[in-house]
Amino acid sequence: MLITELKSKDTILSLLTGKVFIINCHGCKEVWFPEEDANALQKELPNVTGILTTDYICNPEHLKLRLSKHEAAINEADMILVFSCGVGVQTVAGFFPEKKVCAACDTYALPGFQGVTPLEYDCKQCGECYLNLTGGICPLTACSKGLVNGQCGGAKNGKCEVDPNMECGWERIQRRLAQIGRLDALKCPVQVRNYATDAEVSKK
Amino acid sequence: MRITELFDNGEFVVTAEVGPPKGINVDHVVEEAKEYLSGITAVNVTDNQSSVMRMGSLPACIALKNAGLTPILQLTCRDRNRIALQSELLGAAMLGIDNILCLTGDHTKMGDHPGAKPVFDLDSVSLLHTVCQLEKGMDLSGNPLVGEAPKFAKGAVVSPCSDSVDAQLAKMERKVMAGAEYFQTQAVFDSEKFISFMEKAKQFGKPVQLGVIIPKSAGMAKFMNNNVAGVHVPQHMIDALAADKERAKAGITGVEIAAQIIKECRPYCQGVHIMALGWEAKVPELLKLAGI
Ligand code: SF4
Ligand code: SF4
Repeated sequence: MLITELKSKDTILSLLTGKVFIINCHGCKEVWFPEEDANALQKELPNVTGILTTDYICNPEHLKLRLSKHEAAINEADMILVFSCGVGVQTVAGFFPEKKVCAACDTYALPGFQGVTPLEYDCKQCGECYLNLTGGICPLTACSKGLVNGQCGGAKNGKCEVDPNMECGWERIQRRLAQIGRLDALKCPVQVRNYATDAEVSKK
Repeated sequence: MRITELFDNGEFVVTAEVGPPKGINVDHVVEEAKEYLSGITAVNVTDNQSSVMRMGSLPACIALKNAGLTPILQLTCRDRNRIALQSELLGAAMLGIDNILCLTGDHTKMGDHPGAKPVFDLDSVSLLHTVCQLEKGMDLSGNPLVGEAPKFAKGAVVSPCSDSVDAQLAKMERKVMAGAEYFQTQAVFDSEKFISFMEKAKQFGKPVQLGVIIPKSAGMAKFMNNNVAGVHVPQHMIDALAADKERAKAGITGVEIAAQIIKECRPYCQGVHIMALGWEAKVPELLKLAGI
């Protein structure tokens, strides 16, 4: 089971640029979502072009269908703010390679069943979602070392040192940030993981 | 002596790298270093390089220091968490080691214990940040240290000929932000690439030492091209190594190649870092030929 928790209001406000389209995932039964807090906060946000509230946004086919009904509002927006677990944010980001997609929540794990998260995207429930610094690509699952401060020296021909069949996650992040004009995210303060909120530690 | 003082004085700083043994006897390492490396500024001591288990960097640093050399302690984040790393740094400072090089480290799967747990609790950037905290008299959690705080010359690495050079520059900037005071590079065989890298890297205002490997044979060069990240030996150098096997074997061709690269890059960098990979004996000759 997963718990998603809103990032602080200050953090969320600092993510905003221009007009915003909001996606809420009231998700699957495996995820607890802070629905009331999220609704209250969204009422206060300026320049919202539209809100899509649905479930299972981690399912790309399903999400695609839902998104198609909001095309105009999404096109009008400068960014998409996603209230969901880490997988949901990555699924949305995958649909909009040229738009800024931000995570409004952190994802934690609760003991027990881990949720039916699909296919390509992965979330380790680290409890301090980094997707806003990495263009919507999870550095913990896309990088073999789970690095949160940038690329190691091991990439060769764009592939990870550990697995020549795997693209280097930080190369993907670098490319993605360049594409959405967010290379400034790489100038954020030094990141130190907090394992006290990490699935690996807190599962006990 | 902290090597940052030499950079500050505008000196061209020469360092080389040695690896501790897989065993308990360091005599051979110390003897070789004394014989061939005592003329240079400092000697890096690797930390379980390529994830192959060996004696630790710190005890080998002490052995070199006792023999009159200036060691640089390499520290990777692969095998220890933030508690062990900070504790090692305090110990190093107590023992008079004041030059360090902070690295993320190769993945455990690359080495001779592929089943080991990869730690990476910190990475090169957060390790540099941690060192700065210790220098301010507190640990990474903000708890005060007792008594005098340690002080290190804090080094880091960068890979100028990587095919992800933008990602490398971004990481370099983060390292500078986190407190890196000097850089050593991955081995360079393409001076032009290095020079264009330096044009972008000079904005960070930190001294950079050109990384140099003496190529031993055409086979080794090809192996590096296929397997070593950030290293690319151009075909004409491979041809030169293949042309006369005896000359290559004697190290003559390799030393010529390395000396030529140093000469071409010298105006653009603040020192050289030699990874001799067993050819420590060739280092004095290389430096002479390169005019250092
Ligand atoms: S950074 Fe990755 S692991 Fe952490 S919450 Fe976000 S998607 Fe999940
Ligand atoms: S090569 Fe890339 S994906 Fe692999 S460990 Fe290094 S930064 Fe991470």
